[in-house]
Amino acid sequence: MNTVQFFGLFNYWVVIFLMMVGFYMIIARHNFIKKVIGVNIFQIAVILMYITMGKIHGGTAPIVKSEIAQHFAHHESHEDDSHEHTSSDGSKAEEHPFVDTTVYSHPLPSVLMLTAIVVGVGTTAVALSLIVRIREDYGTIEEDEALAMDRAQS
Amino acid sequence: MTPDQLLIASLALPLIALLFNYLFSFHANLRDGTTVIVACLLFFVNTLLAAHVFDEQAVRWEGVEMMPGFRIAFSIEPLGMLFALVASGLWILTTVYAVGYMRSEKEANQMRFFGCFAIAIFAATCAAFSKDLFTLFVAYELMTISTYPLVTHHGTTEARNGGRVYLGILFSTSIGFLLLALAWTYQIAGTLDFKLGGILAEAHTAGRVSSTQLIVLLGLYAFGIGKAALMPIHRWLPAAMVAPTPVSALLHAVAVVKVGVFFVLKVAVFVFGIDLLHQSQTSVWLCYAAGISLLLASIVAMTKDNLKSRLAYSTIGQLSYVTLGAALATPNSIIGGGMHIVMHAVGKITLFFCAGAIYVATHKKHVSEMKGLGRQMPFTFGAFLLASLCIIGLPPGGGAWSKWFLATGTVERAVESGQSHFYFLTAALMISSLLNIAYLIPIPMIAFMKSPEKDGDCIDKNADDQRPNTSHEEHTDDHPATSGGEAPLACVIPLCCTALLSVVLFFAAGWIYDILLPITKS
Amino acid sequence: MRNHLPILLVVVPLIAAPACLLLGNRRLIYLFSLVVAWLTFANSLRLLATVLVSGKLRYNIGNWAPPYGIEFVADPLSAFVAMFVSGMAAAVLAYAPRLVEVEIPAEKQHYFYSLYLTCLTGLLGITLTGDLFNVFVFLEISSLSSYALISLGKDRRAVLASLQYLFIGSIGATFFLIGVGLLYQVTGTLNMLDIARRLQELEIVNGQGIVMLASTRTLRVALAFMTVGLGIKMAVFPVHKWLPNAYTFAPNVVTCLLAATSTKVAVYVLIRLIYGIFTLEFSFDLLPMRYELILLSFLGIFTASLAAIFQSDVKKILAYSSVAQLGYMVLGVNLISAMGLSGAIVHMFNHAVIKGALFMVVGCFALRLGSVQLEDWRGAGKRLPWTSFAWVLAGLGLIGVPLTAGFISKWTLLLALAQEETWFLAGALVVSSLLAVVYVWRVVEVLYFGQPSQKVLEAKEAPLSMLVPTYGLILVMMVFGFWTEYSLGIAQQAAATMLETATMLKEVAK
Repeated sequence: MNTVQFFGLFNYWVVIFLMMVGFYMIIARHNFIKKVIGVNIFQIAVILMYITMGKIHGGTAPIVKSEIAQHFAHHESHEDDSHEHTSSDGSKAEEHPFVDTTVYSHPLPSVLMLTAIVVGVGTTAVALSLIVRIREDYGTIEEDEALAMDRAQS
Repeated sequence: MTPDQLLIASLALPLIALLFNYLFSFHANLRDGTTVIVACLLFFVNTLLAAHVFDEQAVRWEGVEMMPGFRIAFSIEPLGMLFALVASGLWILTTVYAVGYMRSEKEANQMRFFGCFAIAIFAATCAAFSKDLFTLFVAYELMTISTYPLVTHHGTTEARNGGRVYLGILFSTSIGFLLLALAWTYQIAGTLDFKLGGILAEAHTAGRVSSTQLIVLLGLYAFGIGKAALMPIHRWLPAAMVAPTPVSALLHAVAVVKVGVFFVLKVAVFVFGIDLLHQSQTSVWLCYAAGISLLLASIVAMTKDNLKSRLAYSTIGQLSYVTLGAALATPNSIIGGGMHIVMHAVGKITLFFCAGAIYVATHKKHVSEMKGLGRQMPFTFGAFLLASLCIIGLPPGGGAWSKWFLATGTVERAVESGQSHFYFLTAALMISSLLNIAYLIPIPMIAFMKSPEKDGDCIDKNADDQRPNTSHEEHTDDHPATSGGEAPLACVIPLCCTALLSVVLFFAAGWIYDILLPITKS
Repeated sequence: MRNHLPILLVVVPLIAAPACLLLGNRRLIYLFSLVVAWLTFANSLRLLATVLVSGKLRYNIGNWAPPYGIEFVADPLSAFVAMFVSGMAAAVLAYAPRLVEVEIPAEKQHYFYSLYLTCLTGLLGITLTGDLFNVFVFLEISSLSSYALISLGKDRRAVLASLQYLFIGSIGATFFLIGVGLLYQVTGTLNMLDIARRLQELEIVNGQGIVMLASTRTLRVALAFMTVGLGIKMAVFPVHKWLPNAYTFAPNVVTCLLAATSTKVAVYVLIRLIYGIFTLEFSFDLLPMRYELILLSFLGIFTASLAAIFQSDVKKILAYSSVAQLGYMVLGVNLISAMGLSGAIVHMFNHAVIKGALFMVVGCFALRLGSVQLEDWRGAGKRLPWTSFAWVLAGLGLIGVPLTAGFISKWTLLLALAQEETWFLAGALVVSSLLAVVYVWRVVEVLYFGQPSQKVLEAKEAPLSMLVPTYGLILVMMVFGFWTEYSLGIAQQAAATMLETATMLKEVAK
């Protein structure tokens, strides 16, 4: 692996670094809040990975330009089966004289990550509320202290 | 009714008994009365069925398909029919006896007791009629489970420990070895159906299984069938003697242990096939294992003073006779083994009945305490003597014939294979019979000849022996000190019947021989 | 209507869950969620019947054709899993109300029912979806709701256990997500069938020239990540640590539901992954995953069974037993034979029923005795005869005694091992089931031979409303112990379909 390849994969190195940081925090920290932060970093690493794979070099944001959209909208009104049109865009595109040469980044990974972020926020919310309850019941947010209290009790 | 319907009726009747037992639980007489009636009906149905089976008619019921390729299916052959007849016949007498015993002992949970009894008989019937190994295995396990509550009936620590050994050994052998053996057999033979001539014999000829593998497989069966109590997996049988005596009587002289040896015989005849065992050296080790087991068990029995333990070890020895018969795999030894199932069942149940009757009448459990009891209980000890003869194998006890056939079986094997070491087994059988005399005959002798002990002695010994169960002790205190007379009639009549039966069987041995002859042909 | 069944299964509880919160009355909420659960069960039965008769049912959500849209796929396997998951959820809910009244604070009860339905939604979604990313989403829906459900326990340790589960569960889910991402990166699709097809067809150029896509390292990493992630979710040894505490301290009703359903669904995803997406060759030839998983499953069976033997808390006994039983399923999945796979599938069902029933019994005791410590159960056989007897029956099922459902699965697995002639493993299998005898019978002896404890003397028989569902499940267990047309029969059909898919994919490649 030469230097160019190494730096070409820069994003992935960052992903791995973040992932390990998060992972280490979850495993090694006793403080629950820090663990939650670890989970978040871990998830962010994955989000970054997805975003990276969707990005195409030189590609623009996947928003269709207005003139192209108008062209297709115009064309579509003449089609009988609009549904078929959308589902087999590759072959149809060749028939049109108008070719869209813009390079778009892949939108789907970003869309997926919107969901993943929502999930992550949900997880964080549940975790934090559980920590609040642990604080109420045990008076601490350190895992080892809480476990020691349980052991002492039983 | 057609034979096939009779078969279903025979399977259903114990369950009907169970149902009545539950429905009439409010009224003891009604409950026990119906049980006896159903038991009689079962025996009647079985005799009708036997008439068809011994006529060499095919009687079968395909049952239900449990899994693709595995059915709970029934098909009767003579050996199974004989076993079912014995089990159902003795069920009647045991029920009568149990009613007498349980009531005079004022035992608790009688409904559970009779209910489990009925399930055990159901399991025995299923086992007897099973068409394949799979059904037999299911019935075998059902019997283990249904008899556990019987063994631990008293609910004491002692009962718990006994039950632990009982269940522990029977489950670990049946799941650990037997189930594995079944899977292996299925893998080799592609079927688990019983077939005269053996399903493994064909596989062996076709080269799908080597002789060494067969030896291992036979070992898995011999030790997997824990109920056959082949040493060293016999421990459960003495442990199970904590049960009330009627349980010991039916289950540990008839149903449970006999299912074990029945299973062994079935495996020898219908899975391996006589010819395969006979020609190959597969079963030689098992012959000797059984021979050693029967000698050792007899020796241990002599050292036991507790009557029920002595009988338990005697049972272990006698079961090894049947295993030996199966392992020898000559026509005579198979017939001898099958016949010994019947003879020993009748003889041993009488002995257990007697032990129970003695306990009910005097609360004595130890042989050494029985001095002079014969005068007080002449019928009981008379029956004991007759049954002892049957177990030992002396005329006019039925056991004489079965032991005769087994002995000729050893000679037959020695002559046919030209291996004279088989004569050691003949010798073992003879020595064992002598040992049987040594541990059984003294009991009626002491009872009839010696003069009774001082009362004080008896009470002391009894006190040592009392179970720690407080509730039970109350009962024994209530119990009238029956210093004179026999146990209740309900106990004495069954034991006289079975004692007489053991003599009758001496004269009926030819009939059993004819019945069993077909299964020795392949 | 029939064509919409797959989506209805997920949407009905999904809509009902927030609707629960709108109803004011606790009793009304309960009745409503009960109706929803049973309706879902009825739907899943219909779906299963449809699938069995007319084959695979595919449903395009929003009428967007796959692979662009998300599709729901109901084949025999997923319909079967959905059937018993919804069935167990319905049964547990029927059993629940008395216990919920006692165990969950009144002000939180409506949340309980809502979360219960959410969890059900997640579990059913996982089984039915045909989209890999969707699996992740539903996995998280079910996980998040089960974290919350576990934390409803009265014991403060419940919250701690829940949080620990959350941390490890999030790692698991994220691992799964990484795997999905890598798969998507190389195949460009998320639809399971589409991924499977492309893995077989596509070739790429790398350092060694033109090679099959399926042999690249990216894919191996993807499979490894996903397997580990799912392993955490199904608590396979050695990543099972979260399970005993989570099961033990959760409210009993929640334990019933989770024990009966959640880990099985993860096993389902593993089956789908190995057989339906990656090919067998890939999973088992290129990666030595098979031997590792078989080894781990046996290690899990033995260590967890041994751990179960030495617990003093009955819920912990059962929890460790769950880890052990899960080993059997993983074992079956990795045997790659029709027999082994159907053994695993049928064990999912059988174990769901058996463990559900056992935890219901625990709930009955907990209600009457207020304790799940074995010590406090002494001598309960006389005071609570029906409850105790239920333990005996269900326990026999767990051991795998003939005429109970447990036997069917063990026997099938044993036959599968015999077929492969791996006698060492077969021996280990039978020995391991003896360990179950020990931990089940330990409780039986305490129930029937112990001197009654103070708590037992004050207790009375469990209420009928709880005993009836318990015995209902036991009846199911018994019936499927000797009549297996609709348990093992369907499992075999499902296994056949999965193996067919696997071979079909291979042929496509040629």
